[in-house]
Amino acid sequence: MVSRPHGGRLVKRVVTGKRLEALREEAKELPRIELNYDLAVDVENIAHGVFSPLEGFLVQEDYVHVLYDMRLSNDVPWTIPIVLDVDPEEIAGVREGDDIVLVYNGEPLAIMKVEEIYGWDKKEHAKQVFKTTDTGHPGVAKTMQMKELLIGGPIDLIGHVPSPSFEKYLLWPEETRVLFREKGWKTIVGFQTRNAPHRGHEYVQKAALTFVDGLFVHPLVGWKKKGDFRDEVILAAYEALIKHYYPKDVVVLAVLRTAMRYAGPREAIHHAIVRKNFGCTHFIVGRDHAGVGNYYGPYEAWEIFNEFPDLGITPMFIREAFYCKKCGGMVNAKICPHSSEHRLRISGTKIREMLLKGEKPPEYMMRPEVAEAILSFDKPFVE
Amino acid sequence: MGERGKSKGKYTTVSIPITLYNRIKELIKDTGFTSVSQYVTYVLREIVAAHEEAKYSEVFSEEDKKRIIEKLKKLGYL
Repeated sequence: MVSRPHGGRLVKRVVTGKRLEALREEAKELPRIELNYDLAVDVENIAHGVFSPLEGFLVQEDYVHVLYDMRLSNDVPWTIPIVLDVDPEEIAGVREGDDIVLVYNGEPLAIMKVEEIYGWDKKEHAKQVFKTTDTGHPGVAKTMQMKELLIGGPIDLIGHVPSPSFEKYLLWPEETRVLFREKGWKTIVGFQTRNAPHRGHEYVQKAALTFVDGLFVHPLVGWKKKGDFRDEVILAAYEALIKHYYPKDVVVLAVLRTAMRYAGPREAIHHAIVRKNFGCTHFIVGRDHAGVGNYYGPYEAWEIFNEFPDLGITPMFIREAFYCKKCGGMVNAKICPHSSEHRLRISGTKIREMLLKGEKPPEYMMRPEVAEAILSFDKPFVE
Repeated sequence: MGERGKSKGKYTTVSIPITLYNRIKELIKDTGFTSVSQYVTYVLREIVAAHEEAKYSEVFSEEDKKRIIEKLKKLGYL
């Protein structure tokens, strides 16, 4: 059976039918808050249960628990605060208990019941979530630019944030749960990525797939830092890899629309929880998962899982792969007896440099079909 | 626990036999656990989660299931 949703119940706050018409009408009279893309997609994520058990943006009690204990106030593990920041003037006249309408691109997206309006300490937030207050960290820099107040409360979805390039790959937890069941999969491993796949990724995915029924490749699309692969490029690269190198019917490719936080170990737990909601029973945790620069130790994202015996999804820690000339294939340090002179490291940075120059990386680093898919884009990287 | 638990004041007392307390105290020497309470919390969370897991069964209405399967077919997933 696919995994139990986090917190015990898959949240669904998507309004349909006659109530939808009524709420859209009601929305015309309510105070409006315009959301940016990242917040808007997180509203949809909440409504479709991606962030189960959250029913809305965090109220203060939950926020404080998440910040210091990495759990919600009901003890359920939760590591990344999902918050809605506002300026005081945006909510002038709005009081706790009021309904407001969350708007994206001028269109009503959701009705929110404002349960609480509260202040927050951005530096403390950064220190707890990112383990640094250095604004060189992209997550910290973004936090410091956020607005002065947070508002918490449940939301009801009455709109949709279109993503024309990814609509085909946009699946919600209830859909993947049915899909996995229809495929007869009982054990599913989730793979989080923000990169086009190289041979190391392929090795890790296939190693994990050996032990389970299905692989759920779930690239994150949304805000990323400069120099990361563009979302369309990641998808095209995975399409090529799956088509040429994976058996049919053991892989599902879909996208997760949410921003990277670069919160390292905390975000590794968050990524696992989200995939649990999609029905995954296992989750591949990478070396320096969701890390950036040298802010986190290479295995911190593995170690943090020891603190959560009640996570409800099994982490799979698979060592980094390299090509060994003597073994004649992709291996890892645990299974290769040869010395470093025989080993060729798969460097993401080196691959990027080559692709930027329009060069195809060598085959031991990246499958030629994948490289071709990437090079078919004029600008494969975020600028 | 470092700075964790700073959401403070949210602890309560549960009684366990002193013999068990001493046994746990001995057991956690030279492990990552720094107190009996920390160990007991860890073990209880593990057990509670397993019990919750065992009680869960996924339910979709036939109507929802049909709608989802149609979408998945249309998108080429099935």
